[in-house]
Amino acid sequence: MPDLSINFAGIKSPNPFWLASAPPTNSGYQVMKAFDAGWGGAVWKTLGVPVVNVSSRYGSVNYRDKRMMGFNNIELISDRPLADNLREIEEVKKRFPNHAVIASLMVQSRQEWHDIVRQSQEAGADGIELNFGCPHGMCERGMGSAVGQEPDVLQTIVEWVMEVAKIPVIVKLTPNISDITEPAMAARRGGADAISLINTIQSIVGVDLDLFAPYPIVDGKGSNGGYCGPAVKPIALNMLKNCAQHPDVRLPISGIGGIETWRDAVEHILLGASSVQVCTAAMHYGFGIIREMTSGLEQYMTDKGFNTIYDFVGKALPNVLPWEDLNMKYKVTANIHEEKCIGCQLCYTACEDGAHQAIKLNAGTRVPEIIEANCVGCNLCSLVCPVEDCITMDRQDDGTAHLTWKERTEANDIPTEFNDEKAGGRHHWVPEPAAALGKEKHKTLPGKARQFEKITVTE
Amino acid sequence: MAEYPTPTSEQEFHANFAQLKPRMNSSEALFESSRCLFCFDAPCIQACPSGIDIPQFIRQINSGNDTGAARTIYEANYFGNACGKVCPTEVLCEGACVYNLQDVKPIEIGRLQSFATRKAIEEEKPLFTPGIPNGRKVAIIGAGPAGISCACELRALGYEVDVFEAKAQPSGLTVYGVAPYKITNEEVIAEMNYLQQQFGYSVTYNAPISSRADLQKLEEKYDAIFLGIGLGRTNALRLPGEERENCVGAVEFIEQLRMNHHATAVGRKVIVLGGGNTAMDAASESSRMGADSVILAYRRGKEDMGAYEFEYDLAKGVGVKGLFHVAPIEIVGNGKVEGVKFIRTALHEGQVQPVPGSEFIEPCDMVIKATGQAKQTQFLSLIPGLEVDGKGRIVADERTGQTTNPRYFTSGDARNGGAEVVNAAAEAKAAARGIHEYLKTRS
Repeated sequence: MPDLSINFAGIKSPNPFWLASAPPTNSGYQVMKAFDAGWGGAVWKTLGVPVVNVSSRYGSVNYRDKRMMGFNNIELISDRPLADNLREIEEVKKRFPNHAVIASLMVQSRQEWHDIVRQSQEAGADGIELNFGCPHGMCERGMGSAVGQEPDVLQTIVEWVMEVAKIPVIVKLTPNISDITEPAMAARRGGADAISLINTIQSIVGVDLDLFAPYPIVDGKGSNGGYCGPAVKPIALNMLKNCAQHPDVRLPISGIGGIETWRDAVEHILLGASSVQVCTAAMHYGFGIIREMTSGLEQYMTDKGFNTIYDFVGKALPNVLPWEDLNMKYKVTANIHEEKCIGCQLCYTACEDGAHQAIKLNAGTRVPEIIEANCVGCNLCSLVCPVEDCITMDRQDDGTAHLTWKERTEANDIPTEFNDEKAGGRHHWVPEPAAALGKEKHKTLPGKARQFEKITVTE
Repeated sequence: MAEYPTPTSEQEFHANFAQLKPRMNSSEALFESSRCLFCFDAPCIQACPSGIDIPQFIRQINSGNDTGAARTIYEANYFGNACGKVCPTEVLCEGACVYNLQDVKPIEIGRLQSFATRKAIEEEKPLFTPGIPNGRKVAIIGAGPAGISCACELRALGYEVDVFEAKAQPSGLTVYGVAPYKITNEEVIAEMNYLQQQFGYSVTYNAPISSRADLQKLEEKYDAIFLGIGLGRTNALRLPGEERENCVGAVEFIEQLRMNHHATAVGRKVIVLGGGNTAMDAASESSRMGADSVILAYRRGKEDMGAYEFEYDLAKGVGVKGLFHVAPIEIVGNGKVEGVKFIRTALHEGQVQPVPGSEFIEPCDMVIKATGQAKQTQFLSLIPGLEVDGKGRIVADERTGQTTNPRYFTSGDARNGGAEVVNAAAEAKAAARGIHEYLKTRS
C-alpha cells in the first residue's frame, strides 16, 4: 500500500489533496466535512478585514453539454469576522490534529500582517498562505494580485510576515504576470518556505447576448473575475514547470489549477508539485470527489511501484525542454487502422483544411488514406479521431540520429533569408491554390444544395 | 390475456398508443446534439432521401439556434416534423450513423429533428414567404406529403397553387395511415397549418377529382397539374368469405383508428394477413386496442417478410404472434368472421406451394387484410397520354416528375408504388422544380 502522506515544507498531511482557499473552506463546518470525507488539508478562505460581497458571483464556461469546463468568480475574501474564523480553525485542529489547516491571509499594513499572522498561529494553523493572487476587487485596493505583480512589494510583505512567523509560510502566486518565476524568486528572497500556484486568471467568462453584459451579472452589469476550473490546467502546468525548473526558485510548490481527478493531480506532481489544491471540482461535485482522487492516486502509485509521493514529484521535469533542444530527426507519421475506422472522415477534413493535405479519400470506402509523403506528423488527425487507437502516430526514423535546432544554429545550418533553401517547408508539396475552388462543394454544402444542384433555376 | 386493456377514453387511447419517439425536452436535445461527431460528408445525409443537412441542424440545436435548425430541415423537407417522427430512421439516417460501427448508440436524429421543428411550429417562427407572383397557376390533386410538398415549393417559386383533396384533412397517410404511436393527429395538422400559413396555397377539402370533366376543368384553368394521388384501397384477396363482417382492409382499419381512436371496434382475436410494414402496424394496433390475441399470418418465412425488422420487433413486443408458411384460402363464418381457413405452404423450387391436406382453421373474430393497396389505374386512364408501368405506377421522368402527358407531373406513392413520407416529400420538391423548369420555358 503506497504512502500518500506528505510533509510539505514542514506541513504534514495524510494525503496531498488540499482544498484551496475559496468558498469550500469558508467555514469550520465545511472544512470538517471535507476532512471527514477524506481531504488531507484545507487552506482557509482568505482572512483579513472582512469584506462585503455582491449578489451573483460566479460565471461558467460550458462546452456543449458539459458544464463548468471553466469557472470564474467575483467574490472577495472572507466576509466573516476574523474571530469567528479563528475560533473555528482552532476547533477543526482539535478534532483533526493530523490534517493540515492553512490560514490564507490578505491584509495591508505591516502591523496588520504581524497581528493576523500571530493570531493565526495562536489558533493552531499548521501554515500560512499569503494571498498575492486574487485578480478582482482586492487588487484594486492594493492587495491580492496587485502584490503578486510587483516582486519588490511581494518580497517586502513576505519579509514582514517572516518577522513573526513561526509556522511554514506559503506564497500564493498570481498567473496574471508575464513571467511567474519573478514573483517566485521574490518570495524566496523574502524568506518564504514554499509557493503555491496558480491563483485565478483575470477573465470575462462570457457575455449575455440579450442583456449585453458580462457574466456573472450584477444588476445588468458585470466585472472581470478570476478564472479557474478544468480549462486552466494547461496554464497552471506550464507555470508550475517554469517555477519547478528554475534554478533560483527551489521551493516546494503546491500545485493549483484545473485539478478534478487523480490524473490531473498526478500531472501536477510530475511537473514538480508536492501538494495539490482543489477548488472548482469540489464546488461542482462536492467533497465526495476525494474518494476517486485518492483511489486513483493510490492505484497509480501501486501500478508504478511508487512508495511515496516523493518518488515521482517532478519526474516529468527532465523531459520538458526548450523547443530548441528537441530532436529534429525524430519523425512520426499517421497510421489509420482501417479495422477500427468508423468513417466519420473528421481526420480527412481536419488535415485537408487545418493541416497539410496529407489525407485523401478513395472511391468506394469511407476509410481515408494517409499520404505518407505529405504527413508532417502533426498529430491533428489522431487528436480529432473519435475512436481510441484508430489513428496512431508511428515512428519512422530509426532512432539513431539526433539533431536539435540549437545544434543546427551553432553549425550555421538554419534558414536565415526569406527565401532560404533551408526552409522547412521548401520541398513539401502543397496543392495549387485554385485547386481548392469548388472542391467537394457537394460534400461541404450538403443537403438541399446537393439535392438540387442539377436543377438550376434561373428566375 | 390481452397485453393492453381496451381503451375507453381518449386518455386511455393515448396511454396505449404512447409515442415511440416522444418529444425531447431541451436538456435531452442538448445532451444528444452534443454527442454528434459532425462527420465530414456525413453518411446520415446520404441516407436521407430528402438530403437534410443533419449535422448542420444538430450543430444549430447544440449552439442554441433552434429556429435555424428548423430552417435547415424545412429547406430540404417540408414534412420536417412528420418525418422526424414517422421515418424508419433505423434504416435511414440513424442506421447510417457512424456510431453504429463503433457499437455506440446512434444519434437520435429523428427526435432531434422533431425537437427543432415542433418548436418552430409552436412558436410560429416564420421561415418562408411565397415567391414573387409569376402569373402561373398549378393545380395539385391530393393534399398528401407529395401534394403539400409540391405546393410549398411552387409557392416559393411564385406560382399560384390550388390543392384539391378528396378527404377532410391534409397530409394524406400521415394523418390517415400512419400508426398512432408514431405521430399524433394534432401535430400532423399543426405542421400542415404552419406550412399553409407561410406559403399561402389554397386547399379545397372534400373535393375529389374523379371524372374526365373534373380533369378537363383543371386542364383549362391551370398551366400544369400535379398528381399527388397516392394509392387506393386495400387490394381484394378474392377469397371466399372475404365479404363477411369484420373482414377489413388494413388501410381502412388504420384510417378508422386514426379518426375515431378508442371508438374503433377491434375483435378479441384478430388475424392480420400480410408481411409488410402495414401488416406490422395493423397487428400492433390491434394489440394496443386490447385484442386478446393477435396473429400475424404470412405465407412465407419470417425472414422473407417485406417489413423492416424493427417493425416486426415492435409488433412482437406488444404480444403479436407470428404464423408463418400459411396461405389463407377462405374466410369462414356465418355472416360474421369466425376464422380463417389456412393451408400450410412450402417452398418448392423457389415457389410457394400449398401442402396438400394441411388445411386448418384458425378461429378469430376479425381479419385485417394488409395485402397491399390498389393502384388508381381507372382514374389515371382518364388522363390523355398518361402511361403507367406494368405495376400500375405512373411513368414519369426521374428528375422532374414529368409524366408522358407533359402538363402532368407526379411523385409520391402514385409514382413509386408506395414508399415513405420522406420519399414523397423529397420527390415532390424535385417535381416542383421540374414543373418550374417546364413552365418557365413556355411563353
